[in-house]
Amino acid sequence: MQRFVNDPGQVVEEMLQGFVKAHPDLIAPTPNPRVLKYAAAPMAGKVGVVTGGGSGHKPAFVGYLGHNLVDAVAVGEVFTSPSAQAFYDAFKAADSGAGVACLYGNYAGDNLNVKLARRMAEKDGIRVEVVVANDDVPSAPPDERGKRRGVAGEVLMWKVGGAKAAQGAPLDEVIRVAQKAIDHTRSVGVGLTPCTIPAVGKPNFTIEAGKMEVGIGHHGEPGIEVTDLKPADEIARLMVDIVLPDLPFNSGDEVVALVSGLGATPVMELYILYNRIEALLAAAGLRVYRPYVGNYFTSLEMMGATLTLMKVDDELKALVDMEADSMGLKQLPKRGNV
Amino acid sequence: MSLYPGAQGANILRDLVATIQRNAAYLSELDGAVGDGDHGVNMSKGFGMALQRLNADADVSGVLDTLGNTLLGEIGGAMGPLYGTFFLDMAAACRGKADIDAATFGAMLRAGLDGVQDLGGAAAGDKTLLDTLIPAQAQYAAALAEGVPFAEALKRMAMAAEAGRDATLDMVAKIGRASRLGERSRGHVDAGAASCFLILGSMAATLVGGLTG
Repeated sequence: MQRFVNDPGQVVEEMLQGFVKAHPDLIAPTPNPRVLKYAAAPMAGKVGVVTGGGSGHKPAFVGYLGHNLVDAVAVGEVFTSPSAQAFYDAFKAADSGAGVACLYGNYAGDNLNVKLARRMAEKDGIRVEVVVANDDVPSAPPDERGKRRGVAGEVLMWKVGGAKAAQGAPLDEVIRVAQKAIDHTRSVGVGLTPCTIPAVGKPNFTIEAGKMEVGIGHHGEPGIEVTDLKPADEIARLMVDIVLPDLPFNSGDEVVALVSGLGATPVMELYILYNRIEALLAAAGLRVYRPYVGNYFTSLEMMGATLTLMKVDDELKALVDMEADSMGLKQLPKRGNV
Repeated sequence: MSLYPGAQGANILRDLVATIQRNAAYLSELDGAVGDGDHGVNMSKGFGMALQRLNADADVSGVLDTLGNTLLGEIGGAMGPLYGTFFLDMAAACRGKADIDAATFGAMLRAGLDGVQDLGGAAAGDKTLLDTLIPAQAQYAAALAEGVPFAEALKRMAMAAEAGRDATLDMVAKIGRASRLGERSRGHVDAGAASCFLILGSMAATLVGGLTG
């Protein structure tokens, strides 16, 4: 492995220690080494926003701890759900008495651990409500949306839910807008190479040279089809053609567009993709209200990218526009709007 | 009447850890065919940590409690909460029992199965550890109803667990990460079903070996 690793069994611990040292203004450790929190959390009267997931997706999940975003994160092994204890400890770290919004992605392990952690929190009198992101279109047909995985759309769910909580909204309102955000969001991924979990030491799936996997998941889950690698413009069209009909997004809609790399793809190529994606959306009558292009939700060193679209109304726009400060997302208040 | 002495509770965990560690590579290999190949590593890590936390004087309930809490606290994924719940619910079903008799073990098995089903929501045939656990529990309960001795009932449980594990070979996964593969999951033994057989087989062997009276 051409990687910066000491003991492959300790990559998560060492990464977290480095992360805390690198962001002392934003991040604070907690008694559970697998739980980090926003340095200012919990804030009196504010709903605590919690997420969690396996490691290897930087900036997700700890990279979204911060101002107007996430208050506490449960951290799992690479590509493995955090333990129930970690979710429970994250709830405790985030709760100020106003309850906790746990906004996470739809994976079997996360579902089980959050379920157990909620039972544990209930006994302490901490109210925890959840929104389970399922924005990944290729992972199940539309009539089985409940089976779909959560992918980069989670970032927009955290942005919206985090902003609502920061406004002082009660738990039910935070949950409502976070659910609304994910219900208006659809994503697709394209993978060009596999990735390697350090403790395993070899890729656990294959994508042959000259091929690409359309609809790949964040852990290499198989997608819709494996086809010949195509020019960027054609890949952009494939992605747009999968996402648009699913919600569906219609002419006249305004959308937030998020193009994220999967870890190893040069950012330059993300802009090449976005250049065509924006043109295709415009041709379909959609206006990009706010674009995000960069590495927002990755899969170790996979080559590939995801496209996420969220249809926005005035309520979602205002929450998306709110300033935010975290390692993964820094956003100033919107300028130019009189 | 045959009894497993509570004073030998720690042996159950020691044998379980040895069994899981001996089979870690095999479990990871099974998992790697349809998942991310870390089942053996994670199980081995969790069971090993429980052994370090073991109070050697603990009774069977105390030992299983330590194991369940460790898996719940330290091992994420789906296996941490499922096996954590399994052992915690087994522990609760024998709390306060100085020794374990056949009926008590039956209640433990039933409680463990109920806990896993309630949490995981999987059904028989979904290609999960339940395809080992459900027939194992059913066989044990049937043996008890027939009035066969404790040791014999345990052996029948282990055999049913093994057959249940093997039956997952031809199943299509309906839940969890492997379910994303659909038909491609057929032809592989489920890693959870395999580890569940190892667990039940190990427990049966330890209990049979320790029975008195």
